[in-house]
Amino acid sequence: MADAIRIDDLRKNFRLGFIPKTRQILKGITFSVREGEIFGYLGPNGAGKTTTIKCLLGLIRPDAGTIEIFGRPHLSPRSRQPLGFLPENPYFYDYLTAREFLAFTADLFGLARKDKEERIARLLELVGIARAADLPLRKFSRGMLQRAGLAQALVNDPKLVVLDEPLGGMDPLGRKEIRDIIVRFKDEGKTVFFTTHILQDIEMICDRVAIIVGGRIVKEGALRDLVSEKVLFTEVTVSGLAAADFQGLGESVSAQGDRILLKVFEEAKVDEVLDLVRGRKGRLVSVSPRTETLEDIFVETVTRI
Amino acid sequence: MKIGAIAGITFKEAKRDRILYLLFFFAALGIVASRVLAVLTVGDRIKIIKDVGLASISVFGVLMAILIGTGLVYKEIDKKTIFTLLAKPLHRAEFILGKFLGLVLTLFVMTLAMTLIFLAIVYAHTLKVEGSLLVAVGYIFLELVLITAVAILFSSFSTPILSSLFALAFYLIGHLSWGLELIIKKMRPGAGKALVRALYVFLPDLENFNLKTEVVHGLPIPPAIYLSAFLYGVCYTAFILGLAVLIFRRRDFI
Repeated sequence: MADAIRIDDLRKNFRLGFIPKTRQILKGITFSVREGEIFGYLGPNGAGKTTTIKCLLGLIRPDAGTIEIFGRPHLSPRSRQPLGFLPENPYFYDYLTAREFLAFTADLFGLARKDKEERIARLLELVGIARAADLPLRKFSRGMLQRAGLAQALVNDPKLVVLDEPLGGMDPLGRKEIRDIIVRFKDEGKTVFFTTHILQDIEMICDRVAIIVGGRIVKEGALRDLVSEKVLFTEVTVSGLAAADFQGLGESVSAQGDRILLKVFEEAKVDEVLDLVRGRKGRLVSVSPRTETLEDIFVETVTRI
Repeated sequence: MKIGAIAGITFKEAKRDRILYLLFFFAALGIVASRVLAVLTVGDRIKIIKDVGLASISVFGVLMAILIGTGLVYKEIDKKTIFTLLAKPLHRAEFILGKFLGLVLTLFVMTLAMTLIFLAIVYAHTLKVEGSLLVAVGYIFLELVLITAVAILFSSFSTPILSSLFALAFYLIGHLSWGLELIIKKMRPGAGKALVRALYVFLPDLENFNLKTEVVHGLPIPPAIYLSAFLYGVCYTAFILGLAVLIFRRRDFI
């Protein structure tokens, strides 16, 4: 499959402060995003995620390295024709209504009038702000602005969607809706490149991820390759017994009323716990094996470096 | 079309700016007050009305161009709206030109409104519509176009306050640089004279656009003056805009 984004040895330094001091932000970033996949770009604050996106969009000029979008050099405006972008905190002209703002965005892509009106109506519906379409953006809540931002990113029916923290400022319902929209993009054959701090969401929908720490990519690959299916421990919730009964079998994490949550690290000991519960006429509430998550990998990677 | 979209949004934004209406109010006040001033002055009253009226259009037009123009690009960067714009298939030059044309359109509407008030006051005094006054207004507008380009140039790399000071300095230098021509005539040939001449060529000469005296006093204006002033305005504006694009293209938006 062809690459939607190809970044090779990207480097960027900033000279900051009254007495300018050079700070290396990107120290040779290399990765590629394949066409049609959902790619998650993870990293702690200040790792260089947004700088990478700004370089990709031509907002910041790299000191070295190359970036290609569908095979075109990224600084050519034509490379941005098939691209939709949602910034981290969408800032728009707050005196425009959502409909006017989308019309303005459509003009920047040179859309014909007929297509424009039809597409704007569809997008307002898709992101769930059709009812507020004729309100000025300054009256929008943060979540609604995020939705308006997503609509403007889709106005050109892009092949590649770049989203910088798209789930920030969203309530759980909104997050689910955005997640569903991102999955729909994939079904439509679009490529999605996005950053987020909400790792559970990334895990559910991403095909591949890259983890950036201190301006370097420290891990990259398909999610199934990174996250092993090995059981780390099993969480067993029981009631009707005392925590002391399980000494040596597992670690009691919490107790609420007569309910105890145990963390059992060895698989063999899970059976022992279950036998004990049965033998002492206790009640088994739940047994859930905990496999490695993306969050575990992320925390491990970031703390190790 | 993209430039038109940016120009349209700039026009929309500029016409929301209260400074614009405040300056327009004072300009209108100046034009209307010229009639009162004419009554208090000894001499040709209509000339006073025309002089003060044209001066009001010129001064307040320049203030509009500077005070709004210097914030245009800066505001986009400060409010981060530029991130969404430049992520579109848009050349940075198109952005600068769109901003420039949007403000030029705003100034055109404002100049038109001020001119209508001015012509009405003149008409009330002479009962004649004096088309020749439009020539002077046309060249004032050309000067405003150049000042707009200068304001946008400074706005592309500096804060509004500093940009306003730089643009105002450009305007003042532009109206005083003709004095260098007199100095050149009185200087002995040599390195000093060459230096002053080079300075005169480099500095703007906004007096090229000042046809007020000729129009007010009904003096003949040779066609070459029209043409040279027009070409000077167009070329200088293009040069300044080119410089703005050059600076803006190299900027990082962190």
